[in-house]
Amino acid sequence: MNGFDWDWQFTFEVMPTILEAAKVTLLATLLGSCLAIVVGLSFALLRRSGFFLVRSITYWIVEFVRSTPLLVQIFFLYYVMPEFGISMSPLLTGVLALGLHYGAYLSEVFRSGIDGVEKGQWEASRALNLSVFDTYKDIVLPQALRPMIPATGNYIIAMFKETPQLSAITLLEMLQVAKIIGSENFRYLEPFTLVGVLYLLFSLIAAYGIHCVERRFPKEGITLK
Amino acid sequence: MSQPLIEFQGVEKRFGDTVIFKDFNFSVEDGEIVSIIGPSGSGKSTLLRILMTLEGIEGGVVNVAGEPLWHKRTANGLVPADNKHLHRMRHHLGMVFQHFNLFPHMSVKRNITEAPMRVQGKTKAEAEAIADELLELVGMSDKADMYPNELSGGQKQRVGIARALAMQPSILLLDEITSALDPELVDEVLDVIRNLAKKHSFTMLLVTHEMYFAREISDRVCFFDQGAIVEEGEPEQIFTAPKETRTQAFLNAYMSQ
Ligand SMILES: Nc1ncnc2c1ncn2[C@@H]1O[C@H](COP(=O)(O)OP(=O)(O)OP(=O)(O)O)[C@@H](O)[C@H]1O
Ligand SMILES: [Mg+2]
Repeated sequence: MNGFDWDWQFTFEVMPTILEAAKVTLLATLLGSCLAIVVGLSFALLRRSGFFLVRSITYWIVEFVRSTPLLVQIFFLYYVMPEFGISMSPLLTGVLALGLHYGAYLSEVFRSGIDGVEKGQWEASRALNLSVFDTYKDIVLPQALRPMIPATGNYIIAMFKETPQLSAITLLEMLQVAKIIGSENFRYLEPFTLVGVLYLLFSLIAAYGIHCVERRFPKEGITLK
Repeated sequence: MSQPLIEFQGVEKRFGDTVIFKDFNFSVEDGEIVSIIGPSGSGKSTLLRILMTLEGIEGGVVNVAGEPLWHKRTANGLVPADNKHLHRMRHHLGMVFQHFNLFPHMSVKRNITEAPMRVQGKTKAEAEAIADELLELVGMSDKADMYPNELSGGQKQRVGIARALAMQPSILLLDEITSALDPELVDEVLDVIRNLAKKHSFTMLLVTHEMYFAREISDRVCFFDQGAIVEEGEPEQIFTAPKETRTQAFLNAYMSQ
């Protein structure tokens, strides 16, 4: 069968399988985002270290990660690391690769967010004798957060849209599953369309969510307890 | 004479190639209120910022309460201070800023309790008791739960003063604390300082353009120009009979404004 004769019955047949795979995609994105935020924040803070060596090493790591394709990093983690005795499941590899790759991008977002906090806030913190840790935790990061939200959100959506790259290491995410369904049934139209629609749907929901978070976030920042 | 509470000995301070202080000497006695006046760019803020450890020095020694501020005494003489030493020395000092620098994401009360809780390890209840007392002192008891952006400039600055006092410094550094305020709000802030000067035995170092206030409150007035003390003395003398021509010129220019 060819052409645009959409088969609703087939669509509903394959829907549960694809939705099941969507969970994997979402899980990889969710865990990847969490890791990316941790990695990004760590890199951002290391870039502000008092030690020149720490600053420049971090700079080069970030540059390296940002200027090599995600797929290369995925392959490296999946096929090369086992040679060093570290083998990981496709999901874990995917989460690590996404987290590292997007962490490098997020570190720039976080860095400019932190830089955006007024110098006077640092000076007041120092005059009050707050430790560097407390200054970041109580004063600087709570104020830096809001301006970081839109860019962070965009990167997370971008990450979500790049999860199909993980199919290259046999992760059964949405696109991979759709392809398998297609090749088994000789029908690609419905599964791929479904995947496309789901991506669109999730992206729109996420974008709206980010918008809401940003709008409801107090302009001055938040107080962490 | 007892040892001065603050002592600059041959201090050198540069920003790149710009020399701000060269062989600078200056001292303040315990309990003394000293006003610093002088033209823009003469190094008044820099002096306070060195004391608050916001700016380092390139040479000489600054002593606070008999201990070097920017150095540590060791068997081999003075070595540059580490963070621990600076942290300990900062307990002597508190600073109120021209632009308040309140924490915008914290309530007035939290602005004041933050440091006592985090730095001195006070419980929330202890810190809040201190905050209540200080808010009363600066006449802001009814604004404890407001946020800085809901306050007028004068109110912000009174919170700034309370916040600095919460750490119980023995030296209070005030850098043009009224110059960002609308004229009608200046007095409510100066009143707080007047009260402090009367009731408490703080050592105060204030940079100000409010000459009448400097004259009224100070034990001593220092006229700064180009990183040096051109003239210092009792306020009456400085304001009514300045000896140096540069002081005269500065005060004349100020009066004619
Ligand atoms: N971070 C800095 N980098 C470079 N130069 C600086 C820096 N801070 C201050 N300066 C310079 O040092 C000199 C003294 O500055 P300072 O702020 O101490 O002057 P001031 O007497 O407080 O002046 P004002 O009355 O305008 O506040 C000025 O020439 C200023 O440009
Ligand atoms: Mg100044």
